[in-house]
Amino acid sequence: MKVKFWGVRGSISAPGPDTVRYGGNTTCIEVRTAEDDLIVLDGGTGIFPLAQSLLKSLPVTAHIFITHSHWDHIQGLPFFLPIFIPGNKIFLYAAFDPITGAGPERIMNVQMQYSFFPVREAEMKSRIEYVVAMPHETISVGEARVTPFMLNHPVVNLGYRVESNGKSLFFTGDHEPYANIYAPGDEGHEEYSRLIKEQHASLVEAVRGVDVLISDSAYTVEEFPAKKGWGHGTFDGSIELAIAAGVKVLYCTHHEPTRSDDDLERAFAAALERYSGLLNGLDVRLAREGEELEF
Amino acid sequence: MHGMFDIPNDLAPKLASAVESMPAFPKSVQRILELSRDINCPPKELVEVIEKDPVMTMKLLRVLNSAYYSFPKKITSVNQAVVYLGLNTVKNMALSFAAIGTLPQDNAAGFDMQRYLLHSLTTAALARLLAQRFNVTGAEPTDCYIAGLLHDFGKVVFAQFMPEEFKLALEKSMEESIPLYLAERMMIGTDHMVVGAMLVDKWQFPSDISSLILNHHSAAENHSGVAACLFAANQISRRLGFAGPGYHEADELPPALVDLFGGDLDEVIESLGDISKLMEEAQVYAQASKESSA
Repeated sequence: MKVKFWGVRGSISAPGPDTVRYGGNTTCIEVRTAEDDLIVLDGGTGIFPLAQSLLKSLPVTAHIFITHSHWDHIQGLPFFLPIFIPGNKIFLYAAFDPITGAGPERIMNVQMQYSFFPVREAEMKSRIEYVVAMPHETISVGEARVTPFMLNHPVVNLGYRVESNGKSLFFTGDHEPYANIYAPGDEGHEEYSRLIKEQHASLVEAVRGVDVLISDSAYTVEEFPAKKGWGHGTFDGSIELAIAAGVKVLYCTHHEPTRSDDDLERAFAAALERYSGLLNGLDVRLAREGEELEF
Repeated sequence: MHGMFDIPNDLAPKLASAVESMPAFPKSVQRILELSRDINCPPKELVEVIEKDPVMTMKLLRVLNSAYYSFPKKITSVNQAVVYLGLNTVKNMALSFAAIGTLPQDNAAGFDMQRYLLHSLTTAALARLLAQRFNVTGAEPTDCYIAGLLHDFGKVVFAQFMPEEFKLALEKSMEESIPLYLAERMMIGTDHMVVGAMLVDKWQFPSDISSLILNHHSAAENHSGVAACLFAANQISRRLGFAGPGYHEADELPPALVDLFGGDLDEVIESLGDISKLMEEAQVYAQASKESSA
């Protein structure tokens, strides 16, 4: 399996001299399966440079899995150039949204309206197929298998486990660790506590033993209390999930748009320091735009 | 499950789609609108509001148990919905239910929605209390609450979508002093248990919720823990004067339940001690519901 990070920034793109090392594009990860099928995880602005890299090898078939419909995960999709070129085949997978009652098609329809974009959704020339991804229902991409898992965010968010030829990867998309909504002693506290323990345990099982975990680590533990409910995790939370699930390599991603490269490295180092001696062989890295790995 | 229920063929899809556009109770609609204006909306208050509204709860569980979210476990509580879907999504779902409007207090059936809500809330609270107090095997208190809240849902459906027939059933039940479900069978051709069970079955709720609704008037000996709590709570609510509309003499507990709860209906009520606070809470809610719709 091959992985390339095309966008690692959270919330909004953040180009500039302070983010030049880790990159300013929002979320997009290219995955190549053992059979070289193309899986794209999220369509943030990073999908634009990915699209340009694909123009050399048209026609393409791309399986784009969207974790959730917030802008930083979809805003590059109208610039995914292969959608305008006949002969390409695009599959767009995303969750069903209970509020709008719509699936992945809405992600394109809404963005490609007259006021927001010059080309309408109906004018795309490639073949595009919309597929509703359902939690725990595995989707086949060639020999590879992609299994969605529902995570905790202000909009329905699916994490994806990708497995190909004995190798595996899990991408959380955006996720805030579960927390009890009741105070200790409240009527519902115990029940809720049991529910979130179960849900966390099933997340750990979904991530269990992957070679690579790419996890939302937007905040430091110091920043987190002020951002509770925003739907993001911390470096520490990601490290703990990785340890619990027996992950080999953890990539921390969804970098805060206001965090400079230097600050990012400092925050990361501080978190690693706290887990010094506890990593048990876990390799923890900062996701960096342009970085590639093969495993 | 098709054919399981004695219900006219054309009725099932009609009722199921009608419920989607059914408005919720005035008090909860009002509270949801208030809460949703507060960015720091306390999550537990949001849960509490939804949990006190059979229509909102029904709709929330319907979406969560649908084929779009094939969770390994069926969803049976609002808290579970919040854990799985996330707070903001549940809040926005509640808001979309609230946007439909409020269930009118007056309907062509002459069905008293306030009394219906009061009966559902007291039954829910009592079923949960019985499970906790008697430590009933297999009776998860949360499941008992939901079963109590939703057990008579078929009645709201009748009131909303078959008001003329339901009016006749209500009248017949009162005139002849017969249980409402018997009068429903005569005037509508089916009863509220069958319709309630049919709907939750169609929406792929856990099958035990379906059978709890279907059998909540049967005093059969092989009651599950939740069914036992629901049956007793339903009758206690009636005995205490919180019955829904229609003839409402409480049934006595069958022998198995007398054994389980250590006494007949009045003795069980006695053993629960002071439950006035629990009942008042429900009354405040149902009462406010009426006022806010005025």
